[in-house]
Amino acid sequence: MIKTMRLALKNLMRYKRRTLLTGLLIGVGVVAVMVFVGLSGSFKQAIVGQITDSFLSHMQVHRKGYMASVDNLPLDRMMPAQAYQRLSAILSKADGVEAFSPRIKFGAMLSNYVQTTNVRLNGVDPEKEQAAAPLLSSRVLNAARTDVLLKPGDVLLPELLAKGMNVTTGDTVVLVANNKDGSVNGMTFMVAGLVEGLMGPGGRDGYMHIDDAAALLRMEEREVSEVAIRVRDFDGLDAVSEALRSEIEPILNQQNKPMFEVHTWEQLSPFYNVIRMIDIMTLGIKVILIAVVLISVLNVMMMSVYERVREIGTLAAMGTRPGRIMALFVAEGFSLGLASSLAGAAVGLGILMVLRITGVEVAFGGANQVFVLAPTISPGEVVSACLIVLAVSVLASVQPAAKAARLEPVEALRHV
Amino acid sequence: MDIVTFENVSKTYRMGQVDVAALNQVTLRIPQGAFTALVGPSGSGKTTALNLIGCLDRPSTGEVTVAGKRVDRLDRREAAVFRGEHLGFVFQDFNLLPVLTVFENVEYPLLMILDIPKGKRKPEVERALAAVEMADQARKYPAQLSGGQKQRVAVARALVGKPVLVLADEPTANLDSHTAQKVVDLMKRMRDEFGTTFVFSTHDPRIMEQAELTFHLEDGRLMDESVAGTEVRHD
Repeated sequence: MIKTMRLALKNLMRYKRRTLLTGLLIGVGVVAVMVFVGLSGSFKQAIVGQITDSFLSHMQVHRKGYMASVDNLPLDRMMPAQAYQRLSAILSKADGVEAFSPRIKFGAMLSNYVQTTNVRLNGVDPEKEQAAAPLLSSRVLNAARTDVLLKPGDVLLPELLAKGMNVTTGDTVVLVANNKDGSVNGMTFMVAGLVEGLMGPGGRDGYMHIDDAAALLRMEEREVSEVAIRVRDFDGLDAVSEALRSEIEPILNQQNKPMFEVHTWEQLSPFYNVIRMIDIMTLGIKVILIAVVLISVLNVMMMSVYERVREIGTLAAMGTRPGRIMALFVAEGFSLGLASSLAGAAVGLGILMVLRITGVEVAFGGANQVFVLAPTISPGEVVSACLIVLAVSVLASVQPAAKAARLEPVEALRHV
Repeated sequence: MDIVTFENVSKTYRMGQVDVAALNQVTLRIPQGAFTALVGPSGSGKTTALNLIGCLDRPSTGEVTVAGKRVDRLDRREAAVFRGEHLGFVFQDFNLLPVLTVFENVEYPLLMILDIPKGKRKPEVERALAAVEMADQARKYPAQLSGGQKQRVAVARALVGKPVLVLADEPTANLDSHTAQKVVDLMKRMRDEFGTTFVFSTHDPRIMEQAELTFHLEDGRLMDESVAGTEVRHD
C-alpha cells in the first residue's frame, strides 16, 4: 500500500502545474464548504438560541387543541389546574428536562389614561421563566428591577407598543381583560421595563406576574395556557421530546381524549423553515463540491491514463498485475483528494479562526437585532468534508484506473 | 532443455475487412541459455513472435510453451504473473519510468511485481546496477542519461528479478553502432554471468552476426534457422 502511494505521489508530481491547479480547485471547494458551514452554523445557533432562550424555550406543552387556535389566545382551552399539577409532576422527574415555566397567555386592552390599544400578555413566574428562557432578561430595556425580571404589580410592555403609547419605565398603565366567561376586569400596573421585539410568534408580547394574570382573569383555580420546557442538552432535544410525548400524550381526559400536546420549537417557530433552507443550501454547496471534485479528478485521471498508455503497457509487460495497475491510478486520485482536502481544511479552519476573532455582524429581523457571529465548525463537519472529497476522488479515479488496468499490453506498447 | 517451443503457431490480425497473417505455421525451439536473434525485414513477424513468447499476445492457433509451461491460453492475470516471475523485457525505446530514479527503475520489478522485502531488494538492485556498470548513476533520473545508459538500466531492470528468459525487441535500434555493440556485449555478458536466455529481434546485420541461434522470418514464415554458422532451411 505504502509503495503504491509513493509511486502515485511521484506520478502526481510529474505534472506539477496540473496537479497543483486541480488541487487548488478542490481545496477552494473545501474552504468554501467549511466557511459556509461555519458561518451558517453559527448563524443558526445565534438565531435559534435567541428564539428559544429568550421566548419559546425548547419545547412547549399545551392542552390538546390549544395550538389550533393559538392566534386567538383562547382562554377556554387552557390547561386545568389538576392537569398542570400532573404535568408538573412528570416534568419534575423527566430525564433531560432542565426547567419548565407555566404561562398564562391572553389579550388585553392597555390604557395610559389617554390612549388605549391591544396587547398580548404572558403571565409568568419570573424565576421559572428565567430558568426556561434565560435570555428573556437581556431583551428587557430600561429595566426597573435588576434582581428579578418582574414583581407582582409590574408589567413589561413591548418596546414599540410602549413607544407608540408614549409610555416608559415607571409609568402606570391600566390593563383590562375579559375572562373566559366574558366578564371584564381591570387593574393598574407599573411599567417595569420594555421588551425588545423578536421575530417569530410571541416576539412582541408583554409580560406580567402569573399571579397578576390569574387575578386579572379572575381565575378561581390556576389554569395555564402553556408550559415552556428547557432541556439540558439542546442536541438531545428530539430524544427528550419523544420520551415526553410517549409519556404524556397517552394521558386522557374525562372525555377519554388526549389531554396534552407537545411541540418542539421547530414546530412552533416559522424560523425553522429558514433553518431548513440554510441546511438545504449547505447540502447544495456540498453537492457543488462533489461535482467540482468529480469533474476535476476524473479529468486529471483520464488525461493521466491517456498520456501514459505506453508506460502502462510497460508496467503490464513487466508483469504488474491488472489489480495493481488499477490501484496505482486509484491511489493517485486518493492522494490528490487527500492532499487537497487537508490543505483546504487547514485554510478553511484558518479563515474561520480569523472570522471568529474579528466577528461577523449580521442584522436580522430589524436594525435593532444585530448578531455578532463567531463561526465555528465541528470536527465532524471537517472530517465529513474531507471524507466526501476522498470518497469522490476515489470514485472519480475508478473508471480511468479500470481503463488503465484493462489495456492490452501489446496494444499499449504500440501506442504513440 | 528448450526454454521456448512453438508448435505450428499462427497469428492472424484483422485489419478492416482483411485478415493479415503475422505468423504462419511457425515451429521453433530455443534451448536454454541460447543468445537468440529473430531476424527479418519489417513486418516479417519478429515482434509478433516476441509478443507470443512474452505472453503479451495469444496465438490464433498452435501451442506456445515457455519455461515448461503452456502459455498460449493464459488469461490476463495469469499471463502477468507468469511474466513477472519468469520473463524480463528490454524495449527499443528503453521505456524507463521517468518519475523514478535509475535505482528505483531497477527496483520496480522487485518492489511492485515480486514483492521482495526491502532488506533483500537493495543488494539485488545494487548487484544488477553494478553488473551493467551503472551503480554510480543510481540517483539520476532517466532524462539525465544517454541512450546507451538508459538501455543498460533497462537491461538491469530486466535481469534484476532473475528471469529465465529476457526478451528484447530491437534493443539497439535507437543506439549508435558503438553503443549498440556495447549493449550486445552487455547482454552476452549477462547471459554468461546469470545463465539467462536472451531472445531479441533485430534487423541490424552486425548484431545478427553475434547471435548463437538465429531465426530468419519473412512474411510470417520461418525461412531458416542457423546455429553459430550452421544453417537449416525451412521450406
